Amino acid sequence: MEAQAAHRDNFITRYIFSQDHKMISRQFLITGIVMGCFGVLLSVLFRIELAWPEQSNAFLHFFLGDRWAPDGVMDPNIYLALVTIHGTIMVFFVLTAGLSGTFSNLLIPYQIGARDMASGFMNMISYQLFFLSSLIMIISLFVETGPAAAGWTIYPPLSALPQAILGSGAGMTLWIASMALFVASQLIGGLNYVVTIINLRTKGMSMMRLPLTIWAFLVTAILGICSFPVLLAAVLLLFFDRAFGTSFYLSDIYIGGEVLNHSGGSPILFEHLFWFLGHPEVYIVILPALGITSEIISTNARKPIFGYRAMILSILAIGSLSFIVWGHHMFVSGMNPFLGSVFTFTTLLIAIPSAVKAFNYITTLWKGNLRLSPAMLFSIGLVSTFIAGGLTGIILGDDALDINVHDTYFVIAHFHIVMGLSAIFGMFAGIYHWFPKLFGRMMHKGAGYAHFWITFVCAYGVFYPMHFLGLAGLPRRYYSNEAFPMFHDLASINHLITIFAIVGASAQLIFLGNFAYSVFFGARATQNPWRANTIEWTTPVAHIHGNWPGAIPEVHRWAYDYSKPGYDEDFVPQTVPLRKGESDGH
Amino acid sequence: MTGVLVAAVLVLAVVAIGQLSNLLRLRGEIRGGEHPPAIPTERDNNRQGTLMLLFGIGLLIAVIWSLFAWRDTLLPEPAAAHGRKVDTLMRVTLALIFIVFFITQPLLFYFTFKYRGVKGRRALYYPHNDRLELVWTSIPATVLAGIIVYGLLVWKGIMYPSDKGNDDPLVIEVYGQQFNWTFRYAGRDSQLGDADVRFVGGENIVGIDPNDSRGRDDILTKTLHIPKGRKILFQFRSQDVIHSAYMPHFRVQMNCVPGMVTQFSFTPAYTTAEFRQLKHVQHKVSSVNDAIAKRRARGEDVEPWDFDYVLLCNKICGSGHYNMQAKIRVEEPAAFSAWLAQQKEFKDL
Repeated sequence: MEAQAAHRDNFITRYIFSQDHKMISRQFLITGIVMGCFGVLLSVLFRIELAWPEQSNAFLHFFLGDRWAPDGVMDPNIYLALVTIHGTIMVFFVLTAGLSGTFSNLLIPYQIGARDMASGFMNMISYQLFFLSSLIMIISLFVETGPAAAGWTIYPPLSALPQAILGSGAGMTLWIASMALFVASQLIGGLNYVVTIINLRTKGMSMMRLPLTIWAFLVTAILGICSFPVLLAAVLLLFFDRAFGTSFYLSDIYIGGEVLNHSGGSPILFEHLFWFLGHPEVYIVILPALGITSEIISTNARKPIFGYRAMILSILAIGSLSFIVWGHHMFVSGMNPFLGSVFTFTTLLIAIPSAVKAFNYITTLWKGNLRLSPAMLFSIGLVSTFIAGGLTGIILGDDALDINVHDTYFVIAHFHIVMGLSAIFGMFAGIYHWFPKLFGRMMHKGAGYAHFWITFVCAYGVFYPMHFLGLAGLPRRYYSNEAFPMFHDLASINHLITIFAIVGASAQLIFLGNFAYSVFFGARATQNPWRANTIEWTTPVAHIHGNWPGAIPEVHRWAYDYSKPGYDEDFVPQTVPLRKGESDGH
Repeated sequence: MTGVLVAAVLVLAVVAIGQLSNLLRLRGEIRGGEHPPAIPTERDNNRQGTLMLLFGIGLLIAVIWSLFAWRDTLLPEPAAAHGRKVDTLMRVTLALIFIVFFITQPLLFYFTFKYRGVKGRRALYYPHNDRLELVWTSIPATVLAGIIVYGLLVWKGIMYPSDKGNDDPLVIEVYGQQFNWTFRYAGRDSQLGDADVRFVGGENIVGIDPNDSRGRDDILTKTLHIPKGRKILFQFRSQDVIHSAYMPHFRVQMNCVPGMVTQFSFTPAYTTAEFRQLKHVQHKVSSVNDAIAKRRARGEDVEPWDFDYVLLCNKICGSGHYNMQAKIRVEEPAAFSAWLAQQKEFKDL
């Protein structure tokens, strides 16, 4: 109580320069949701173009105006910009900062029993850099030559030469500036997460008693710390090539009627640097979602997560393997074929820990007593998409097979299902589940169910058919498939996908409505509405400075003693001391 | 202004709905409703569990249906010798994927339904089983080991083709630029002349060195003609940005990177004329022509299609990326030689 009483704040320190992990978590969440709206809207625009290619459309004209959709027909340049910014926003701004930023911030201090992050100040800086970076990325949508358009992977020379594509002018400069700030935000945030988890655990909270969410956030933060600086290096060198005439990535180029004065560089270097971040990045996206799911499935199945140690080991295995598989994005880049063999070997190994996780989730459901809340449904949906998308990774990770599906819609199907859908389902699950801790209220259940079902059906409806487009040889990032008669019979599949995409995107309005409504008018939460074991549910419903009014509780057991024989209740919070002779769960 | 008004109305609507539901909830509380509204009831569990089961069944049916309904849209059998190995590996991998998919997904949805929450029932406390976990670690490990070894062997066969036997590859340069392709044949001396970006200009699209005598008889074309049954060694270059030469019917793809030469070799197995006769190709053609017929019926101006091999660009390269293509014709060796002899040499351009 003393800490609470001594702490004074006003509007500015509370909402803008907040150093409180709960407020920063909400800031990340809301910024992430706003960015998500942009990302989804852009995807609806290019899905419309793909279903009705090169046709006039009032909706397109409304959003793109005369500049990018004269007479309502989309310009090819803006198409490429839309897919580029959609990818950038969804991967980095929504599923990295929005997901990790929200839940690492909310749950790390809460679940390990800390008053706040190790450094509240760094935490604040981390959010503010992210906010600034989001702002710059959004501003880049409005520059005259359009935003960056070289794909979210921004391979040079396309991204380096304004002559090569409109988006490589001011749009690309802003992209680089935005991502540089973003990397700084991630590093500051990540260091803070790691330090907090290692140093600030409450008494009794040994590493082997940490909830799986925290394990996932820990490994995620380490991956980010080790890989994001490489992206920063890569984009800085790109900036030098663009602005100062260096030749890190450029050589032997004739464009716009002249030979460029660049010599000796190689785009392959950029690809290596980019994917050295880029592949760990997909695990940075998916691991927090898997951690959240582990927690939600166990709590709502009223059953311990099956194979707690195996789950930790597989998170660690996935995390370490993720650093030695980046080359599978480059099988046809022209790198030495021997490297292809090496990266195929390491890549397919990741299937083993992933399979263990999937089997363990399914076994956790077995003989449970499932409380099918919206959060639980999204978590089960995640397991389904994680399996469905993970399996096609066996094809893409195999160099001999990748030759023919590389950069086709098969890849789009694969990574959207395994990482896009799974991660966004994890994020939704987390929001529904921890809404009481975020806002002290509950989200509306019925709207949650409606949101889940429309989203789930449309998600498969959008991405499953894309496997067929890919196996028909349809390349990604094509503004229109009209130029190739061999793709004419795919038009009906493209219509189907676009309809699912529009319905699925509209269903997110249900979520937004539910979210906004529940923040202000939702049913008031009780202290532990889900009857969960982890210690964030021992904090008061209203946010207070320092999280616990009195002493921080001591932890006596792991987080998964659900339905433990010998106890009347079907959950035993971590704060309950072990009885004589009782062993710690796992 | 309209936007502001619409926004204001929306905000008011949210507030109104909020107040209304507060009222409803208060009424519920006065009447003594005990169950907190946001926590699933047994009825919710029943409904959602059943829906999950139905979804699972629907998903499996949709997957099976799609395999039949969309079969004709897929790429036909490979038109290159190495493609058979790729496709066999693909079929084995797909079979494996479907087996795992059809075991795990039904279990997931069935368990969700079967163990939907019932008041008073207690879940089984089952935190771990080391033997079970060993089983489902070692089974995927073994199967994947097999897939990895198999895949590596196929890859080795494609990327390091053996030099034994009649290995006299026809060397062809594939040259990408925004947004078209150029092909360079070696001419009578069977040697490509040196090339450098400094010589690019005018007719000399690919930058042949005018001082190199080997380049004088080189031949530049805009369609790619290749002879059936002879190994072709493609050398890929680019003039400006990264392109990717994708020949899906041959199961071939390689990036064209400015500043370096990449390569890929394969042996065409069917001439264009032969390939058009294959059953699956004919299915594909009629599937495409059905779609075209529908559009013609709506008054669109679309030509009926006959099959041709194509080369597509498959690495984002700029605004014309979607239309960067070239036609590939596979011919009998004699026809190919006759065609080549008619082409102009570089020195005559």
